[in-house]
Formats: sequence, structure tokens, C-alpha cells
Amino acid sequence: MPSKTLVEAVNDALNVEMERDAAVMVMGEDVGRAGGVFRATAGLLDRFGPDRCVDTPLAEAGILGTAVGLAMAGWRPVCEMQYESFSYPCLDQLICHVGRYRWRTNGAMEFPITIRMPTGGGVKAPELHEDSPEAYYVHTPGIKVAIPSTPSDAKGLLAAAIRSPDPVVLMEPKVLYRSPREDVPDGEHLVPLGKARVVREGDDVTLIAYGGMVAVAEEAARELEASAEVIDVRTLKPLDEDTLLASVAKTGRAVIVQEAPRVAGFGAEIAALLAEKAILDLRGPVLRVTGYDAPFPFWSIEDEHIPSPARVLEAAMKLLSF
Amino acid sequence: MAQVVPAEGGMRRVIGDGEAQPDGEVEGLTEQDLLELYRAMVLLRTYDERSVVFHRQGRIGTYAIFWGHEAMQAGSFHALERDDWIFPSYRESAIGLLRGMPVETVLAWWRGHPAGWWDPRKYGVASIAVPIATHVPHAVGYGWGMKLRGERACAIAYFGDGATSEGAFHEGANFAAVMGAPVILFCNNNGWAISTPVEAQTRAATLADKAAGYGMPGVRVDGGDVLAVYDATREAVARARAGDGPTLVEAVTYRCAPHATADDPSAYIDQERVEAERANECLGRYERYLRRLGLLEDDLVESVAAEAKEALRTGIAAVEALPDPDPDLVARNAYAE
Repeated sequence: MPSKTLVEAVNDALNVEMERDAAVMVMGEDVGRAGGVFRATAGLLDRFGPDRCVDTPLAEAGILGTAVGLAMAGWRPVCEMQYESFSYPCLDQLICHVGRYRWRTNGAMEFPITIRMPTGGGVKAPELHEDSPEAYYVHTPGIKVAIPSTPSDAKGLLAAAIRSPDPVVLMEPKVLYRSPREDVPDGEHLVPLGKARVVREGDDVTLIAYGGMVAVAEEAARELEASAEVIDVRTLKPLDEDTLLASVAKTGRAVIVQEAPRVAGFGAEIAALLAEKAILDLRGPVLRVTGYDAPFPFWSIEDEHIPSPARVLEAAMKLLSF
Repeated sequence: MAQVVPAEGGMRRVIGDGEAQPDGEVEGLTEQDLLELYRAMVLLRTYDERSVVFHRQGRIGTYAIFWGHEAMQAGSFHALERDDWIFPSYRESAIGLLRGMPVETVLAWWRGHPAGWWDPRKYGVASIAVPIATHVPHAVGYGWGMKLRGERACAIAYFGDGATSEGAFHEGANFAAVMGAPVILFCNNNGWAISTPVEAQTRAATLADKAAGYGMPGVRVDGGDVLAVYDATREAVARARAGDGPTLVEAVTYRCAPHATADDPSAYIDQERVEAERANECLGRYERYLRRLGLLEDDLVESVAAEAKEALRTGIAAVEALPDPDPDLVARNAYAE
């Protein structure tokens, strides 16, 4: 298996899926000639031509809006939003149409649209290049949301998203784009949507994370003197409740790590799930380690905003001594 | 490449007034076509008038009236072929009837019954767009997608004057031009977005002028003249099929009815102007034109009207006979899997 970075794995998935299915097309800002600002789509224009790798006007709502019509015409569009924060204009299309159109046809018509975007901070970029807006997408009915934390999962989840009959938002943690590398299966590789991954087994506390926070949770787990299990949620919607509940049934303790602002973030949904379905397993409160309810800061102080292993460790120790 | 019909005196018209203004004609339209247009307008008019009554009777919910838009809808529709897709706004809720959609389907939509949803592929008619202008990019994507597949089908998006202020209209129009999409952007400018007059929507002299900014042709046509609407749309369709991209058609009329059953325009509209416009409404104009041509007589008028009324009578009976929707539907159909 070749060693790949996460962004190389994304590129690999696009190549494989476009080769496999002639209806798959990639569209977005600078995805063609430039190969994408992160090079996720490099080489696709040369290989598949300008009809299937389309440099679009700079208009995110137009990208997603035309993707709806393209899907109606039999295409499987893979839309790139250049940065997560640039995706905000497309929320109008996402909420008003992408998530509703299938329902609006009594289930008769499929809208196999994939929306890819880099997400999260940690890369010292200007304002509105480092948000974590997954909750907006998760909250929209009709949309699935996945966030990989490894190159292999990025490839497999993207392939699954492209093949899904439902619209899927795939958020790629940009802090992981260029490192670390890992061996990624060649050719067709699928990671099913809706399955979490047990990153590390443990008995005393479950650290639940996704995207860029998985590595933070892992580091905290290594430093913790007790035995910590780390779960990578991978797909936020549909959520793999079974894996989360099984882990908490074993450990009795849960710390949720989320880079996004705290209030009504996805961690709150997991906490509610545990309150509803694991209350008798819990030996202490479900704790959240999150970003703050403030705009993502200027990058010179971004490390103060992004949950650190030390903050996760502190929460885990507090919970263990509850 | 871009042509803009000047704002002043540039509005296309075919139907005269039987006095000072002579009638024109549209080449290629047979007597059968002319009567088909008439039947379509009567069906739409009947649908609309009956729907207002059905609403008052509590048989359907809030209803967006399109009285006076029949010429724009029937005329533009007649320029399409069966494979072309229609992207209606709520103002064109019943345009599917012209493609054979059952009356009860549209009535069910306004009755809030899930039987009012349809499979767009069945009629080549997209779902009724409730938000303003956000369906314009859908039509553009559809036309573009068909072009990429080497098909000759085009798409038409209907929207009002207010929609031209929305970002989605701009992004859709720009994408259409850049991609050379075979699309007709059909603006029914009835002068009002609920209570906001078109003069408060834009400082452009005409909405058709906006086409120049996108590098596409824009034409302005009398929206009360079904033949002029047909002619302008036919040109736009031909341009689309020839690979020459989109056209913005601005059809101009005056809203003679409330925005919707929930609206009382007396607070903002000039009732004298409304009365004057109603006296010159599109169906009556076309009927007089056909009579001048000798194509229409009282018995045909009566039989076409009776046919349309019967369609509405059976339609409302069918929708009222529908079983109550399955409550489980509230949790179904958002996802395939």
C-alpha cells in the first residue's frame, strides 16, 4: 500500500471514483487548472477533461445550486467549497433544496451530491479560513455528514459519499492535510457512512472526538494515567450510536472533544444521546472540551481556542475523580 | 454577442386592439396551435379562479394567485418540447397541467397533502419552488448537465420581478452564461413583489437590461400578449438548442390580483390602475384576437370553458377523496438509506 497524506488520499478517491463512474464530476473554485488550493483535485482536469472537472465562477451558492440541476440531469456532482467558511453562502441551497428535494418527490428522486470542504483550524490562516461549522450541516435534515481523521478514512468516506444516494458533506480537517502520512489501500476503498472507529481501547474513560480532535484525544489518552478508550465518530450523521454506547457501557465515563464553539455544537448531541440511553452506565457527568463561543481567533492565539491535549487530560482527570 | 432591446418602445407585441393597433402574426403557428394556446390559457384561468374559491371554502390552504399570468405561462410553455424541463416558482404552480399533470396533484400541493409531491422526471417539471430565485441555478444546472451529456433538451426557469434582486438569480444567470447553458430565464414582471413596486427593486431601466451584464441576450415582451411571449421564448429556445446559451426574457404585465389569498393589496395598490388592467387582461385580449381571425365562436368558447370547469370539478372531488396522509410520512423520505 502506498503511503499517502490525507489530501493525497482525497485525490486518490476522486481519481478512482471518476474512473469507475462516468457520471461523477468535480466542480468548484480553482479545482481544474490549479488543482485546488490544497491540490485535492490535482491532475483531474488533464485526466478527465473540462466537462468533468469544472472551474466554476466564484459563487458557492451557484456551485451547489447548479449541482442540484446537474443531479437532476443524471450527474453525481462533487462540489468543492474552497474553505469551510466560504461554504456559508451555499447554506441557502443546502437548507432550502439539497436536503429537501428527495423528500419533496416522495422519495422518488435521488440527489447524489457530495460537498467537500476543508475544515477547522490549526493552520495559521486569516479570518474565516479556520471555522468548524459541522453543526449547521448536521442540523439540516436530508444531509449526511462525515469527518475523517486519517488518510485511509478520508479516501474511504469520500468514496462512500460519492456513491451514496443521499447528499453528503465531507469535511476534511485541513490541519491533517499534509501530515501524518499512512498506508492507504490502492484502488477501490470504501469506509461505510455511519460507522465510528475505536482508535484505542481502554476501560476507564471514553474520549469521543472527530476530525482534527482525534489526535488531540489520542495524545491525552497516552498521557492519562488511567486507561482511556478513544472513539473517532467519523460520521456525525447518521451517528453510530451503538459504538458510542458500547464504549460508555464499558467505561462509565465520557469526555467529548470538539473544536467548534460550545453551545449547540455536535458534542451536545452526543451528550444528550448518552443522557438518554446510557444514564445508568454513567459514573459521572458527560464533559465537553470545546472551542469557545467566540469567533475563531486571530491565528497568533489560535492554540488557546483549539482544545489541547492538556485540556482534555484535565477533563478526564476531573471525571475520574468525580 | 449580447443584445439588449431598448427599454423604451422596445416591448414586443403581436396582438393588436382591433382598432388603431393592427394585429400581427407569428410565423409557423397553425390554427391548431392557436387554439391549443387558447385551451391552455382557459385551463390555467379556470384553475386559478376556482382555486381562490376553493381557498375561501376551506378546501385548500393559502394560494398564490396567478390571474393575468396565463399568457406568460401558456405562451412560453408552447415554445418548449416534451424533453425540456420546467422549473416553476409558486406563481406557476399549475403549469404542470399543460404537461398532463392531474389537477388533483396541484390541488393536493395547495391542500398540504403529500399526494401533491411528484416525481419531476414524470412531467419534466421540477418541484414548485417556494423560496425566491433559488431554483434559477437548478434550471441552469439541468440545462448545463444535459448539454454536457450531448442532449438537446433545455430548461426554463420562471421567476418574478422581485427575484431579480436575489443573489440566487445573479449566480444562476452568471453560471448560465459562463457555462453556455441552454436555459431560458423567464421573468414574469408583474410590477409587484407583494407590496414592493419594481421601481423599488432596481435602478435598472428594465429588467431585461440586466442580461447585458451577464453577456446574454435580453428581450422584453408584452406579458399580456400570448403570441409575443411565445415568439420571444421560441427564439430563446432556438438559441439554446443551437448552443448559443441562455436568454433572459422579461415579460411585462401588471398584477391585477392579490399576491396570494392572504394578501390585501388595497393598502398599497392603485385600484383604478388595476381596473384598467383587468379590462385589458390577457385571456380576453387573445379571445378577441381569435374572434377577429374567425377562429373562435361562442360555442367553442363555451365548450372549452366547460371542459376546463369539468377538469376542476373532478380535480377537487379527487383531492377530497384522497385518504388522509399516512402519519408515518413525517419521518420518511428525507434519506434514501
